[in-house]
Amino acid sequence: MSPQFQQARWSEPLLSELGTPGERGYVPTAPEAEIAAHAPDPLEAIPPAFRRSAPPRLPQVAQPQLLRHFYRLSQETLGNDVAVDFGLGTCTMKYSPKVNEHLVRMPEVQDLHPAQHEDTVQGILEVLWRLEQMLCAISGLDRFTLQPPSGSAAVYTNASIVRAYHASRGEGEQRDEIISSVFSHPCDQSGPWSAGFKVVELYPGPNGYPELDALKAALSNRTAGIVITNPEDTGIYNPHIAEFTRLVHEAGGLCVYDQANANGILGIARAREAGFDLCHFNMHKTFSSPHNGMGPAMGASGVKEELARFLPAPVVEKRGDRFELDWNRPESIGKIRSFVGNAQIAVRSYAWILALGPDGIREVAETAVLNANYLANRLREVPGMSQPYPTSNTPIEQFRWSLEALREETGVGSSDISRNLADYGFQPVFGSHHPFIVPEPLTPEASESFSKEDIDSWADAMIDIAKRAQADPDDVLEGPYRNACRRIDAAALDDPDRWVPTSRVERSKGGVRGD
Amino acid sequence: MPHPYIPNSAPEVRREMLDAIGVDSVEDLYRPIPSDLRFKGRLPLEEGIPEEGRLRRHVEGILRRNTPASDVLSFLGAGCYQHEVPAVCDEINRRGEFVTSYAGDVYGDHGRLQALWEFQDVMAELIEMDVVTTPNYDWSTAAAMCLRSSVMLTGRKRVLVPAALLLDRRLVFQDYLAHDVQVDEIPFDDATGLLDLAALRSMIGDDVAAVYVEYPNALGVIEHQAGEAVEIAHEHGAMAVVGSDPSGLGVLASPGSLGADFAVGDLQPLGMHMSYGGGLSGYIGCRNIPEVIESLPVFIFAKTETLEPGQHGFGYLNFDRTHYVKRGEGSQNGGTTTALWAITAAAYLGLHGPEGMRELGEGLLQRTRYAADRIGALPGVTAPRFSGASLKEFVVTYDAHDVATVDAALRERGIFGGKDLSVDFPSLGRSSLWAVTEVHSKDDIDRLVDTLGEVLA
Repeated sequence: MSPQFQQARWSEPLLSELGTPGERGYVPTAPEAEIAAHAPDPLEAIPPAFRRSAPPRLPQVAQPQLLRHFYRLSQETLGNDVAVDFGLGTCTMKYSPKVNEHLVRMPEVQDLHPAQHEDTVQGILEVLWRLEQMLCAISGLDRFTLQPPSGSAAVYTNASIVRAYHASRGEGEQRDEIISSVFSHPCDQSGPWSAGFKVVELYPGPNGYPELDALKAALSNRTAGIVITNPEDTGIYNPHIAEFTRLVHEAGGLCVYDQANANGILGIARAREAGFDLCHFNMHKTFSSPHNGMGPAMGASGVKEELARFLPAPVVEKRGDRFELDWNRPESIGKIRSFVGNAQIAVRSYAWILALGPDGIREVAETAVLNANYLANRLREVPGMSQPYPTSNTPIEQFRWSLEALREETGVGSSDISRNLADYGFQPVFGSHHPFIVPEPLTPEASESFSKEDIDSWADAMIDIAKRAQADPDDVLEGPYRNACRRIDAAALDDPDRWVPTSRVERSKGGVRGD
Repeated sequence: MPHPYIPNSAPEVRREMLDAIGVDSVEDLYRPIPSDLRFKGRLPLEEGIPEEGRLRRHVEGILRRNTPASDVLSFLGAGCYQHEVPAVCDEINRRGEFVTSYAGDVYGDHGRLQALWEFQDVMAELIEMDVVTTPNYDWSTAAAMCLRSSVMLTGRKRVLVPAALLLDRRLVFQDYLAHDVQVDEIPFDDATGLLDLAALRSMIGDDVAAVYVEYPNALGVIEHQAGEAVEIAHEHGAMAVVGSDPSGLGVLASPGSLGADFAVGDLQPLGMHMSYGGGLSGYIGCRNIPEVIESLPVFIFAKTETLEPGQHGFGYLNFDRTHYVKRGEGSQNGGTTTALWAITAAAYLGLHGPEGMRELGEGLLQRTRYAADRIGALPGVTAPRFSGASLKEFVVTYDAHDVATVDAALRERGIFGGKDLSVDFPSLGRSSLWAVTEVHSKDDIDRLVDTLGEVLA
């Protein structure tokens, strides 16, 4: 097999280089003559020092050229609609149904102002309320807020609730430590840190998950709680999780479940049965809302009833047949984001869960686990591939394996292999968050959206790249070749003397034309 | 029946895959989960609707209970605005390649990275700051992040923010900051709505990490003393965080020209539908100082070269500064923010160019002047309540009428009146905040004034 794929390579100029002075791409509607006559000098009331002194150096380009430019950039982007995207493990890339994209573009969604009177937004409030009920059913917890605009914002929300809970009991000063694990997502540490906690990280034992003794050693009267994933980002499920939550409760802490990795256990195992007090789901991962190139997104935070009073304001309440926003929440942590959050994402996730129902949701989980295990089985054929925790050999949803042996043999590591997937029309494969405890890591996640053929074609590509590495390491080290751009000079990204975040910086270094 | 979203649900395929794995059933794959943690039974959810037509009718049926602002005449603003959305913006941000991408990065998503870099590039020109990051969730969280950065950079634990602040913004600051930072409010002048600079001077000290100002403020007033506030901050070694609505920056002084250390605001006016608040996106600009950039966890893309001469490549600027690497050791929380809206804003600014942004800003100033003066001419009404200049919002105060009652009467006549300020600013009495933009024609404003006159009569 050799790559047959060829990505568009337009070598587009930069937006700032398009067009010619004097061109324009849009004319905003001008005020009528009577309005203009009422204020003939629009800037009259603005002190001269506060008027803009020079026009912004924006592009001057007509509409067709601008549209073409962005279409070409879209063609140089391997979104899940056009590419088998499951290399991005922990991201739960899945099909985002097109019907939902049509729904969120209805005027009844996109033209709603968030401060409209409740009488005029009963529909969207009903969707928010219904989605909350669904998430309660799926998690076993009692209340959800849809306000957090990302998964990590939801973790942060939950950490803030833990803080408020202990403060309400007079233990806010004392309980200043959150326990997490090193195979949990980095936001499980940065979220609590941002909420004011010190973070204690547990390292994995021989089976890939933290040992009970490590947890016991970390617990004290300073423990505010634990924030942990399960399965962790390695796809390894910690079978002692109920014992973990019991011990944290005994020590006076709360248990927060980061359910970014829920896709393989929907309808199979829930936060409540595992003893968690809080959890969150990523609507843009598990619940099919598209990732939007890195947002907008939604992390839904759920809590047990006794913690509901701390949820950010407002929450949606149903009173009779009417839906209302309840702002009267004196113990609320405050707000995580303006208004109610990214409401359009709630519409998509509601429609997705409804399309599947209880049996379909479970089929999602089962298929995701089936796909993960089938993929793992195929990847045993990749030269130099190994499984780091052989006793935990049934991955849930995703898995983190190692190409250390290939690296030792050829000098070609996992990031090189990952980069070359672009030549086969695939997204790169995610390695690991830091620290790299598994050397030369790879973490794919074949969600339920991918067919057996998709998985086979991806595995075949991985095998092919590894064989190429054995035959001619430089061939792989210099790749990719058939995508939109060749291997970059990455050193320039980290050097403050060389990095170029904008043309303004480039101009200040004397390195851009036209100035 | 196989579900249309799940390809491998056909029994034959499943059997083949299970055989390859070497297990009898999917149940065998759930061995790692102890049986007492297994959920017994069926999730209590409504039955699934696999037929797209029936699903669509159902969801549309619920959503049609909404009245979109575009079906009536709406003057709501207060942080989310009904502006024109160029068709090209909608075309670009519905491209499936962008919509369904995520973290493909340098080699899979070259086009997405270039588009995001271009956003940084054109936004930097508008706000005249050297560095622009990929945006945070919204204006409030962008401001909170920069205030937290100021605390980290100065080691001081007090910030000064305007009392003329949206309630949402105040509540976001409460959660992000107040647990270990003292947040003090600078009063506003009751006549002009502007910052009370004398109060700022008396409040500031060497314990202040940052002063935050914004224009327009929550009363709609263009805070033209923002530059003075920045100077006062700098005199005391504090940082200056300056918020601004980008729809005014074609005509108003840029935050960079005012000496801001951090610039923030919302991209929503630049091509995003309101979507019940889902169109918000908080831009962040800063100086090109490594320590300052280091304090911000949001992604920044940098342009670089590739193995092919003359070709651009793009990648993460100093990825190691993000929470993905620092974890619980001194990084603010980052996350999946609002990249699609950044790409949209880049297209919007590219379409408008310098002339379009100037015309937009001038038109907003003129319409607002006209609307405020006409409403203010009605008996029993003070408008604008404050003498400071308005960009697109102004406060209306009724002598005797209750805001909610007037709003209800207007709603019956197909008009959404301004946002009731009785919760946000109880001291302002019977007041509301009205927004006028380029979507409002003279006829729209005249109809509002006539109707409001009838309701108040």
